[in-house]
Amino acid sequence: MSIAATLRRRAASISLIVGIFLFWEAACVIFNISDLVLPRPSQVFETLVRFAPGIWPHAYQTLYTTLVGFSLGVCIGLSLGVLIGSSRLAFDTAYPLLVGISSIPKVAVVPIFVLWFGAGTVPAILTAMIICIFPIVVNVATGIATVEPELEDVMKTLKASRTEILWNVGLPRAMPYFFASLKVSVTLAFVGSVVAETVASNRGVGNMMMIASSSFNVPLVFAGLMVLAFLGVSLYVLFSLIERRVAGWSMRKNDIAAG
Amino acid sequence: MTQPAPRLHAVADASPVAPDAPPARSPARAFIGFDEVTVTYGRGESATTALAPTTLAIEKGDFVALVGPSGCGKSTLLKLVAELLKPTSGNIFVAGREVGAEPIRIGMAYQNATLLPWLNIRDNVMLPLKIVPPFRARYRSARKGEFRDRVDALLEQVGLAGFAEKYPWQLSGGMMQRANLSRALIHEPNLLLLDEPFGALDQFTREELWGVMQDLWMATKTTVLLVTHDLRESAFLANRICVMSARPGRIIEDRHVPFAHPRSIDQTYDADFVGLTQHLRSLIMEARAETGSGIVVPQHAPEGA
Ligand SMILES: Nc1ncnc2c1ncn2[C@@H]1O[C@H](COP(=O)(O)OP(=O)(O)O)[C@@H](O)[C@H]1O
Ligand SMILES: [Mg+2]
Repeated sequence: MSIAATLRRRAASISLIVGIFLFWEAACVIFNISDLVLPRPSQVFETLVRFAPGIWPHAYQTLYTTLVGFSLGVCIGLSLGVLIGSSRLAFDTAYPLLVGISSIPKVAVVPIFVLWFGAGTVPAILTAMIICIFPIVVNVATGIATVEPELEDVMKTLKASRTEILWNVGLPRAMPYFFASLKVSVTLAFVGSVVAETVASNRGVGNMMMIASSSFNVPLVFAGLMVLAFLGVSLYVLFSLIERRVAGWSMRKNDIAAG
Repeated sequence: MTQPAPRLHAVADASPVAPDAPPARSPARAFIGFDEVTVTYGRGESATTALAPTTLAIEKGDFVALVGPSGCGKSTLLKLVAELLKPTSGNIFVAGREVGAEPIRIGMAYQNATLLPWLNIRDNVMLPLKIVPPFRARYRSARKGEFRDRVDALLEQVGLAGFAEKYPWQLSGGMMQRANLSRALIHEPNLLLLDEPFGALDQFTREELWGVMQDLWMATKTTVLLVTHDLRESAFLANRICVMSARPGRIIEDRHVPFAHPRSIDQTYDADFVGLTQHLRSLIMEARAETGSGIVVPQHAPEGA
């Protein structure tokens, strides 16, 4: 893809975002919408700056619980994915269970975590973890389980052990799947920790938004939303960059084809 | 095509291929022996017998081509030799012993090249050296420079000089098959198993690769078992052709190919060569007609069926 085309695309998406904010601002002014319903973006940004020292610890807390939960989720998800992907029996046995677990709305487990661990950081971390495990497991398991049978035959005739096949073929092959799932999972982890904070915590952006809304500080609620959006997008971008570095081989072909 | 090829393999045996009849040895003594081997896939209602009782002896240094109608059990036979599959009944002997007793070094290549897309060609070809015993120890102790030279020499031999740093997606189908062959040979196998390796290539590329394959075989004298549906290919490369019947497969003809190596593509249009391929063709046509699979050719109606 040419640089000019990339720049044009970037410019287009930035102007779309700016345009939406302008439209929002204009709509609020023209229709004379009350701050209590929908504050103007300028108000939101102003609140963001004014309350920055107060918002920061909450943002930090949310980022912390999200990342800890996400890291745990990645470790568990990757191990489970490898386990399930490399054994037909494990795949057949565990898959229905995983689908069952995944279909539970994760918000529903927050009260249980609160019951077990009390309100605060731990339920947020656990919710973030639980919510991001499934996409990772499914993706990694799929990547490993779909190694071409011919390639597996070639490896077996070389008397490669299961670990060697996994290490040389299965895992590298699963990497693009894994990183694709990381991008999804990190955003989901955010959802998890914010939901848990909203329900049962005295810290975090979710909790801040709850308090702000109960005191009708609507611009602050929206400021919290902005913070979440910013954190979410940043992590998404971070993992996209890592993906490009580690699993770039799976995208190269498309780049060539497009250029 | 007949440049003095660098010696690649320890198993190299300088004796020329004598164009005389294959010696009849008992399977248990042969390099690869099949003694009344059968394979049935599945159980009960859905059971498919892929291989009828098959007895076969392959000698060291042989280049055996396996031809037959599609679905007759050629790949099954290959998998048995590679120990990827256990026979339902009968015994398989490799290197004079029952499978499993003594390690044999096998190289394998399928029609689907299955090169690893995240590795360049050199690293793809090097893969077996990471895994197969005498090499893996040295691979771990980081003497990779030596292996690098070795891979590059082999790549040059198969006509891929200068492609070591390229990635699989930058190669044409023919080049990928060259790399695939290299990967199957880099660890000096004493047995090379090829399952329709040139099946997906166009005629010219295929003929080019026959030349490459012939040179490699003449340089290494590795025992080769080649599954193919191309009769010209079998007669060009092999010194022995086994024709299989339709499923359940059994060997209905075991033919020696008298032409001396190296053979040229032009030779494949000679009368005796064409005679051989036509004979093979009629055998396979009959085999197909017997089970009613495929097109029934009227002039080769099955006798006594
Ligand atoms: N894993 C399997 N399970 C059940 N049937 C199989 C399996 N593999 C092969 N077969 C059947 O066995 C027969 C022989 O297969 P194969 O050896 O692949 O034939 P060929 O390579 O000669 O085309 C075919 O009819 C095929 O459908
Ligand atoms: Mg086959």
